[in-house]
Amino acid sequence: MTTPMPTTSTVGAQTPAKASEPASAPDPGRIARRRRLAQWGFVAPAVVFMLLFFGYPLVRNVVMSFQDYTPKTFFTGESPFNGADNWSNVFQDALFGKALWHTLVFTAGSLLGQFCIGLALAVFFSRRFPLNGVLRSLILLPWLVPMVVSGIVWRRILDQDTGVLNSFLDTLGIGGHTPWLTSPEMALLSVILVNIWIGIPFNMVILYGGLQEIPKELHEAAALDGASAWRTFRSVTLPMLKPVVTVVLVLGFMSTVKILDLILALTDGGPADATQTLGTLTYQNSFVQLDFGAGAVVGNVLILISAVFAVFYLRANRTEGK
Amino acid sequence: MSKRFTSLALTAHPPAATRRGRGRSRRVVAPFTAVSVLVAGAALAGCGQQRDADTYTVMNSSTDESYHRWDAEAMARCGKELGVTIEQQSVPAAQVMTKALRMASSKSLPDIVQFDASEMPTFADAGGLVDLRTLGLSTDDIPDGIVDFGSYKGTYYGAARSVNTLALFYNKDVLDKAGVEVPTTWAELRATAKKLTQGKQYGLALSAGGAEDGVFQFTPFMWSNGGDETDLDGPKVVEALDYWKGLLKDRSLSKSTVNWTQADVNDQFMAGNAAMMINGPWQVETLNSDKSLHWGIAPIPVPEAGDDSVGPLGGAVLTVPNTGDEAREKTAGKIVACLASEQEQLTYALNSWMVPANAKAAAVWREKVPELDSLADQVAVARSRTAKLGAGWSSVSLALQSAFQSALTGQSSETALKRAQQRATSGN
Repeated sequence: MTTPMPTTSTVGAQTPAKASEPASAPDPGRIARRRRLAQWGFVAPAVVFMLLFFGYPLVRNVVMSFQDYTPKTFFTGESPFNGADNWSNVFQDALFGKALWHTLVFTAGSLLGQFCIGLALAVFFSRRFPLNGVLRSLILLPWLVPMVVSGIVWRRILDQDTGVLNSFLDTLGIGGHTPWLTSPEMALLSVILVNIWIGIPFNMVILYGGLQEIPKELHEAAALDGASAWRTFRSVTLPMLKPVVTVVLVLGFMSTVKILDLILALTDGGPADATQTLGTLTYQNSFVQLDFGAGAVVGNVLILISAVFAVFYLRANRTEGK
Repeated sequence: MSKRFTSLALTAHPPAATRRGRGRSRRVVAPFTAVSVLVAGAALAGCGQQRDADTYTVMNSSTDESYHRWDAEAMARCGKELGVTIEQQSVPAAQVMTKALRMASSKSLPDIVQFDASEMPTFADAGGLVDLRTLGLSTDDIPDGIVDFGSYKGTYYGAARSVNTLALFYNKDVLDKAGVEVPTTWAELRATAKKLTQGKQYGLALSAGGAEDGVFQFTPFMWSNGGDETDLDGPKVVEALDYWKGLLKDRSLSKSTVNWTQADVNDQFMAGNAAMMINGPWQVETLNSDKSLHWGIAPIPVPEAGDDSVGPLGGAVLTVPNTGDEAREKTAGKIVACLASEQEQLTYALNSWMVPANAKAAAVWREKVPELDSLADQVAVARSRTAKLGAGWSSVSLALQSAFQSALTGQSSETALKRAQQRATSGN
């Protein structure tokens, strides 16, 4: 990797050049170096921005997880290092294991549901039929509603006694008293269902875009070869859609794994910690208990999980590029 | 405008024909370096805050329109009296603490912060508050319980304007129709609630949600029974939780109780889905908006006739943060004294339906709002949540939330509370 270091050597090299040649004559080496300098000039703002707004908080968070960082720290500025104390405290807490498990179930369940329904809708809408555009924009609605608002509205809908959903199920004569959010066994599932509802538009829009990119001729060719609709989907559509699928799943993963606002609005992590995830645990540690060291530990675990998937994503993209 | 645009465009894209190597690269690099510096500068700026000599800032959580207006009016009156301008900065209740901490580290604390009383000890413990007595505030007419409410480790840091606690709200029409009296003991409450549970209507509504709301509502049951937050798995606390479980088992409580906040409880009561509810006076404004609803208020029932009904003391306190500027702190103290004066307390309490902290103001208030008389009685014996544990309350509160939710959803009270006690002690 080249660094801005050559600047100094440029100065050194310039002196003899100046002595032997007229200043106006272009020196190919010097132009190359200047060009490199200019290139770095373009990159510099981005690098500074990234270091300041992404690098610094990230490093700070890692450092904080090894510190005794309490409300006192804000006044004294002192946050003594306490080794791996925060880490061992968090890992010994039974709630951490629970939250990790819930996070995994929540993420896997949400992604699976969002993706399958999103894909089905995208395929459905890629046909031409009346009111296609209107219906498609209606399905976008959940995407436009802020997460907290969705959470509050769904909390009312899912209320065991007065919620619309149970009244509706009651009139159908099936499971009218489902404890959606009030039973520890059901709560996580309900939260996943709401998140699927929220995530469908995103999946649908991106996948729909991907479907539009697939040349029509391929489908025509498949039809001429006598392939069935399912066979065409499996052997033509899906493989052509693969790059888009990777994008959808990885971006979906990143936004799902750190879920916080939806759960706070729906269940506050309850009942009986049944919907605590790493996100809510970070929030609880840092902003309720004001134990910023422990909060940082859980936050770092989240970053680590996301980072692993980011690497997968970048690798997948690179191979696609080749 | 168009001229400026052209020249800008020229700088950004010099004509390709001109091959002026050196000048070009420098000209391009310079603006970008400048941008980088600007970005860095912008990030670092905004830390320090210029203080205006005659303008004082109060940070509170009065984000509701009515509360914000009442506070603004009170501040205008006090500002006029003291010859200063008082500005109000309202942030959501959950953000007061974290925002104040951030402001402390950037040395830009406001002159006065209104903390929820349960949060004040944490800030005081960090060394962030000034002793109000040294600023000349008197505690003469304030009942001991409320002085303790604003104190941490014996030092008086927070002046309360008004305090509140929980009470039993009941629908007069429903009780009359069923021909039942307002319950005063646990046994009566259980029987009455069971009797009033019919069809869509539950006998009682309370909040057992996974946040401070639920814990706040559990404390009167725990404390009136002689239970204590330092001994969560003690038999008295177990008994109190078993009582809640009993109400749920009778179907007098909705199963959704574990997912309700205090505001949800009020909605259910107003919608006629509950005949009685445990709630606080801050709901009165909303309750009164429905003219057809005839509600009454009574102390929360006690385990046995003759026991004291010990509720939680709630409310906010005005504090002066430690900014190191003694002259300003002195004036801030005067502002707090004015905002918490007898007359201002009364005005605030009449607006917000809470009980004035000052005993003289409370006496006047009782005459003006006789229907809330029982609330004033309850406040007099109510207990502060943080009196025993101080900054340690938050761990206990989290453990307790998890415990009563576990118990209400099937686990035995004993197991749930044992686990809570372990969690509370290891978390500290």
